[in-house]
Amino acid sequence: MKRFAWRQPTTLASAAAFAETTVADAMVAVRPDTPARHGAVLQAGGIDNLDLMKEDLLQPNLVISLRAIPGLDKIENQETGWRIGAGATLMAVAGHPEIQAQFPALAACLNQSASPQIRAVATLGGNLLQRPRCWYFRSIAFDCLRKGGGHCFAIHGENAYHAVFDNEVCAIVHPSSTATVLVALGASVELTGPNGATRRPLLEDFLVRPKQNVRRENDLQPREILTAILLPNLSASVRMAYLRLGEKRAFDWPLVDAAVILELDASSVCRQGVICLGAVAPTPYRPRAAEAILAGKIIDVPTARSAARTALDGARPLTHNEFKLPLIETVLRRTILRAANPV
Amino acid sequence: MTGDPGKRAEQLPFGIMGAGLATIERRIPNEEPPPLSPNPDLRVIGRNVPRQNGREKVTGAMHYTGDIALQGMLHARILRSTLPSAKVINVDLEAALCHPGVRAAMTLAHPGNRVTERVRYVGTPIAALAAVSPEAAAEALALIRIDIQKLPFVTDMDGAQTPSAPRVFAPDVAPNGHPSGFPAAADLPLRGNVRGPTVERRGDVGYGLSTADVIVEGKYRTHVQTHCCMETHGIVADWQDDGLTVYISTQFTAGVRRELADAFGLRLAQVRVIVDGMGGGFGSKSTLGRYGWIAVALSREAHAPVRLILSRAEEQVDSGNRPETSQRLKIGARRDGTLTAVALSSCGSAGVGLGAGVGDMASSLYTCPNFESTHTDVFVNAGPGCAMRAPGNVPGAFGLEQSIDELAEQLGFDPLALRDRIDPSPVRREERRIGALRFDWHRKRQRTGAPGPIKWGVGVAQSHWGAHVQLDSACEVRVMRDGSVEVFSGVQDIGTGITTVLAQTVAEVFGLEARDIVVRIGDTDFPAGPPSYGSRTTASITPPARTAAWHVLQALFRAAGPLLGTMPAKLVARDGFIMAGHEPDKRLRFSDVCADLRTDSISAIASRQDDYGGFGRQYGNAATAQQDLGGVQFAEITVDTETGVIFVERVLAVHDCGRPMNPLQIESQVHGGVLMGLSFALLEQRVLDPRTGHVLNPNLEAYKFAGARDAPAIEVIVLQNYQANSATDAYGIAEPSIIPTAPAIANAVYNATGVRLRTTPMTPAVVLSALGHRPHAEESS
Repeated sequence: MKRFAWRQPTTLASAAAFAETTVADAMVAVRPDTPARHGAVLQAGGIDNLDLMKEDLLQPNLVISLRAIPGLDKIENQETGWRIGAGATLMAVAGHPEIQAQFPALAACLNQSASPQIRAVATLGGNLLQRPRCWYFRSIAFDCLRKGGGHCFAIHGENAYHAVFDNEVCAIVHPSSTATVLVALGASVELTGPNGATRRPLLEDFLVRPKQNVRRENDLQPREILTAILLPNLSASVRMAYLRLGEKRAFDWPLVDAAVILELDASSVCRQGVICLGAVAPTPYRPRAAEAILAGKIIDVPTARSAARTALDGARPLTHNEFKLPLIETVLRRTILRAANPV
Repeated sequence: MTGDPGKRAEQLPFGIMGAGLATIERRIPNEEPPPLSPNPDLRVIGRNVPRQNGREKVTGAMHYTGDIALQGMLHARILRSTLPSAKVINVDLEAALCHPGVRAAMTLAHPGNRVTERVRYVGTPIAALAAVSPEAAAEALALIRIDIQKLPFVTDMDGAQTPSAPRVFAPDVAPNGHPSGFPAAADLPLRGNVRGPTVERRGDVGYGLSTADVIVEGKYRTHVQTHCCMETHGIVADWQDDGLTVYISTQFTAGVRRELADAFGLRLAQVRVIVDGMGGGFGSKSTLGRYGWIAVALSREAHAPVRLILSRAEEQVDSGNRPETSQRLKIGARRDGTLTAVALSSCGSAGVGLGAGVGDMASSLYTCPNFESTHTDVFVNAGPGCAMRAPGNVPGAFGLEQSIDELAEQLGFDPLALRDRIDPSPVRREERRIGALRFDWHRKRQRTGAPGPIKWGVGVAQSHWGAHVQLDSACEVRVMRDGSVEVFSGVQDIGTGITTVLAQTVAEVFGLEARDIVVRIGDTDFPAGPPSYGSRTTASITPPARTAAWHVLQALFRAAGPLLGTMPAKLVARDGFIMAGHEPDKRLRFSDVCADLRTDSISAIASRQDDYGGFGRQYGNAATAQQDLGGVQFAEITVDTETGVIFVERVLAVHDCGRPMNPLQIESQVHGGVLMGLSFALLEQRVLDPRTGHVLNPNLEAYKFAGARDAPAIEVIVLQNYQANSATDAYGIAEPSIIPTAPAIANAVYNATGVRLRTTPMTPAVVLSALGHRPHAEESS
């Protein structure tokens, strides 16, 4: 880890003023065999920043802690839906009784993320903005595309844990399981700029695919702070489920996870279904053709199977991750059925 | 039968408690204490005494090597190669030496030296330095300039055996013996990267196979597993003009002292090695190690203490590992189950090291007149392997115990029934019997499969490991005038609890409680202790501890006799008193007897005697008992046939270790063995990038091992298996407890699915592939 200065401002405006770079930009600035160009980066829980700095992948000269800014961890119900402060910890969100009741898939996902120790410190905002876990990306030894280098090592390397969709340029999978659920729920993010101006894009639109820009996973701008996650109100007829599959039962990244939101009518016919798959693509992946299959159907085993199979359309497995395809089919089928028939 | 006048005849407990425990007459040396009764008659030994330093460990109060902070201590860092194969042309330390914080720097890869100029794996030490702070050391490390010539490399064991593969070693510089002392035959031919073969043969395998009614054949593959000690390797070296003191996380203080004396031209008396708390070793901390040598050399050069603690990444890359193996087993049997032939051919790779065999499971576990094995070691450009908990026998069992399962099926035998037929060990027979009852084996084997994707199954596998003893193991027991008791030995507590067991051993002799005994170990200033590897610590050090305590007690009896008006020989020590055996009211407090001592303290030193019944084999300072250490494990698992996820629900582990000294700690150690075995079977795997030779998962996030939620219900049954061999008759449990777990799980997977998994780790990808899953392949379902 390199030396850095530390500031803990108490207002959003001053934090934003300091934040001259994003973590993604600062990491591109770290080039092999050249003195690092420095930057100033924001830090909430610090879980991911610390990892990156310990590996010298991130060498900021200034770290700006957001922890002293009051109110960033507030969870409140507004007219249009829920506003979850980006500084709320995963544990706080997962433990919120009304979030649990209205968004059980989100609570289920959070409770399976990381470890209790990490959940107590990691924030929802930091979770969404964390950098990918690709082992080539995470090693200083590999000057990969996403860090500003010229090559993706995973596409022809050890890629069992990598993407099966949208993997032509860079084969990372998006690291946030929470994003899988939040995209399915139609969440937006609130971004506050240096003058207090805010924008509120859909999370799905905020996230960036490698073909758009391989050096970042989202559209966060310098001097911009992710201040809240906005969840729209859901009608009472919405059912949802989240399932994940990992090699380990806890403290592991999923091989695949799925969030399914179903809006059912009085006779249990699905009006609309939203599917989001995680750990299969560089961004949370919505198989629209599979969603279309759910609409207008009673959600039974054949329908779920048909949708789950359709979700594989367009998959392009790499040398070591073809095994993910049956996992996607199975996890998605089970998630759809779980959403329709909660246990 | 008069025999040696230095010996006397004694009747000792012999056999398995609950299964024909009897006594046997042994002639034992006169200086040995009287026979120890079976555990039910004892007060401290054999009881569940909680770990003495448990509270310190969980509250963070325990001191580990990393906590040592000496005045003026420097911090060392090693510059390591990022290339898997290269020739070092020049190492320029100039700029690093000019860094204001640097106090010493050295080149480790010497250009022009045929051996050290070559880099053979990513992580090879090239240079090292010591500076006033860890930050200064890191900064200075970046200032070292290396001129290096890239050379071709090979990282996969199969590719390394092809004629065109790059050579990892020239024949004259290749290692020629196992660096950790684990036996590897010397002076074998090296062809390309393939060293060997070693051949072992008895009888005639060809004839055996020709007379077989059934032959099973299987090829098994196991992967590289790393030790993952919670505490990484660490040392603080303090070189002074009058000698060297080293604080080091080690499994063998006495061995490290000897290595240091040899390496630095010192007398043994000039070297002191100390270890207090230790967070695991599993074989990787058996020797001084290259990093240890570096720290001492830097301390000598800098005239200051030097601290060198490996990072987790260094630990995963360059502190040893369990080598990968490939084995082909061919076993022939007659209809009645009798084995006619066992043929094994294996190869393995310990990277740039040796010792990648598959152990002695196939040759030793079952009775078979015709046996043949050939083994070769393959060099690849990867970090060196070393001994890791039951080296050889873990991969060996994965193959053998699955092949025996397969044989049982083909012969129409229950897996336990076949083993009853071919396993000569009466101890494992009893373990199978007890285990089958507790596990409800026969009913569970009959259970039919449920519909749906989740399949359930049970499996069993066996353990075999030598009962090792270190002969140069000594212990001193001292009693002070106020009745306090201390035990001294160089033996180290690597986390397995020998501290507590020594306290129990001595407390039993004095009629005290374990908490009354102060145990001072892990220091070469004390009598030399055994290494904590090879499952030999308890077997080696508890007999001399009891013997020494018994000698001190005789002195106390001599002092107490006149005070109590009783013959010393009629006295006993019990419940904190010394009393006349038949007149318990004639008694004095233990401390009151001590108060009357002529000197402030009295003490005795004893060392490990030969096993009373003789050893099976003796080699150098170590020996192996006549009987082996057994163990049988039963596993109950589920396989999700749609996801390939195996979950182990329950493991029943039935084991033996002679006289169990502390069942609670034994249970804890068996838990560790089962979890490590499960983790080996299902999760752990070092991943090497074939294009660069880098370890891609040198951390505990991407290198996966079992956590709390992956743990099965583990039940442990430990036999009391008295062998009448020493003053305590105790043996070890560490290694036997990991050996059978992986094959028991694999056999259960077969029972559940009808598919045999012959490759570790059994990840979802491996399981799905074995089950024949392809996407869209279930159209009919």
